[in-house]
Amino acid sequence: MTKPLVVFKNVQKLFGDFVAVKAINLEIHEGEFLAIMGPSGCGKTTTLRMLAGLEEPSTGKIYMNDQVMNKVKPHERDTPLVWQSLALFPFLTVIENVEFGLKMRGIDKSERKRRALEWLEKLDIIDFSERDISTLSGGQKQRVALARSLVLEPKILLLDEPLSALDAHLVIRMQAVLVQLQRELGITFVYVTHSQSEAFAMADRVVIMGNGEISQVGTPKDIYRSPQNKFVAEFVGRNNILSGTVFSLTNLGAHIETASGTFSVNLKTNKLVKGQKASFVISADLVHLSHSNPEVQNSVHCKLISEEFVGSMVTLFLEDNSNQEFKVQMQERELSKFDLKPDSDIWLSWSAQSAHLLDVS
Amino acid sequence: MNSNRILNIVLAAYVGVIFTFIFAPILFSVIFSFNSQRFPTIPLGNFSTEWYVKILNDPDIWQAALNSLIVSSSTAVIATILGFCTAYSDFRYNFRFKGPYLALILLPPTIPLIIMALAMLAWLSKLGMSGQLWSIVFAHSVLTAPFAMAIIRLRLNQMDPDLESASWNLGGSEWATMRYVIIPFCKPAIISGLCLAAAVSFDEFAISWFVSGLNKTLPVVILEIVQGNIDPQVNAIGTFVFLISMSLVILAQIFFVYRQMKSTNT
Repeated sequence: MTKPLVVFKNVQKLFGDFVAVKAINLEIHEGEFLAIMGPSGCGKTTTLRMLAGLEEPSTGKIYMNDQVMNKVKPHERDTPLVWQSLALFPFLTVIENVEFGLKMRGIDKSERKRRALEWLEKLDIIDFSERDISTLSGGQKQRVALARSLVLEPKILLLDEPLSALDAHLVIRMQAVLVQLQRELGITFVYVTHSQSEAFAMADRVVIMGNGEISQVGTPKDIYRSPQNKFVAEFVGRNNILSGTVFSLTNLGAHIETASGTFSVNLKTNKLVKGQKASFVISADLVHLSHSNPEVQNSVHCKLISEEFVGSMVTLFLEDNSNQEFKVQMQERELSKFDLKPDSDIWLSWSAQSAHLLDVS
Repeated sequence: MNSNRILNIVLAAYVGVIFTFIFAPILFSVIFSFNSQRFPTIPLGNFSTEWYVKILNDPDIWQAALNSLIVSSSTAVIATILGFCTAYSDFRYNFRFKGPYLALILLPPTIPLIIMALAMLAWLSKLGMSGQLWSIVFAHSVLTAPFAMAIIRLRLNQMDPDLESASWNLGGSEWATMRYVIIPFCKPAIISGLCLAAAVSFDEFAISWFVSGLNKTLPVVILEIVQGNIDPQVNAIGTFVFLISMSLVILAQIFFVYRQMKSTNT
């Protein structure tokens, strides 16, 4: 990848005494689909609004194409945003909404119309061009909002939870539309969401934010398989998190003593010392189930607490005798082979490669 | 069940009485304006348009009607501009002393008209501004701006606050946003405000009488006729004034309520 399109350098945002964003550093590259994900109140929307110029950073600088953007007014930027509320103009028709940005840029009427129609066509809403906004369905409004921003042919498109108001089946369809548009246009998308499935399904890179800080930046796979810290591991969910102290170190990894037993973890780096506190995670889908003690290194004896079905996937919630919670995720058809009874003895096991050490926080 | 029915009947009668008290005098005034007899007595005389012919041929009344028209339309425009600016400043900005600022703006309708009229006369004559047609416009604008402000403020409350930012985000400067987003959004309320301010000004008597000098408006002329003698012309003028005011108020209602219904559908 070439030079970054946008750079956040120690950007902090305060609202009175409240720190919304704590000195973040982030580079956004040209042509990438970046998702900023985190629980509500984590500062993700504030970060996006600073990029659009709707909030000014309290300290630090935001660069776009090497230019400092801090003082540039929103209307002097080329950073159209797709709003969570969509913010379509209710007193204008569909095509007038799409033409709005061009009109503000002083483009003449026939040219405006030509470009607007082109985008309505591309987003498959040309039949509604003369309709009132209030007569459209949620999915159609979504497309109008997209067309209104994209007609400006920006280098970067900002999206603030644009799919949160849609039905589940429409969300999947709009995700496909967004990904395809982004690939086709080759422009940068910055997509703010609290939904993991949206972020992981679409983004090239994901930024996880929590409490105004960036907790991890990486590809969806990085974040899913190798969460850097407890916050990310918990936020991503479906992770078994175990904490304890380092019992011994070998050249392959470490043995960590926890309330549930002593487990071995493979290490990529050598920064652990004996006696140090450490936490590690095992993805719920990498844990194996058996009826008898598997007699392997990493195993725990558990009882079943509850199970949860989502489509064909099942998540089992279990507990060992030290009350440590475990989650196991598997296909429903695999589970049915297993013959699970509420009071049956269950052993969990996993390989040392599946365990992933977290940064000490 | 039974007590409910009684209650319903009592309430219906109560509403009926209120409407009778409000509208009966107006209704009778309209009826008597078509009555050939000079005194408003029952039984009625013949149907006649005599009084209408008389007022239509009276140049003083034409002048008063013209004055009323000028005053109410100028007032409507000034009051609505003031009302819009206040409503927007309240919607958009937070500043020190915002509470007192709003209280002061909304105060005029709570002041008894006669006191306001006297105060206006004293103030305007001190400034050498009384006795003009635009003295009435000035005073009426103070009186009616709060009505326009209240209607426009309500409308702004219905606006998605992101709409304004969305316009900036799409390249609209603050002025362009005002022109292409805020004003179009408030348009129904602005029209209602215009109608309502015009209606209040058109009807208003006390202030007009005190500050107008020789430039009489219709309500002032009515009073002068009534003071002199009993003349059914008053009924005819009254019918006109009533029709105009009612139409304005109904128009205001239509614009405001209709738009509101439309925006709740979105």
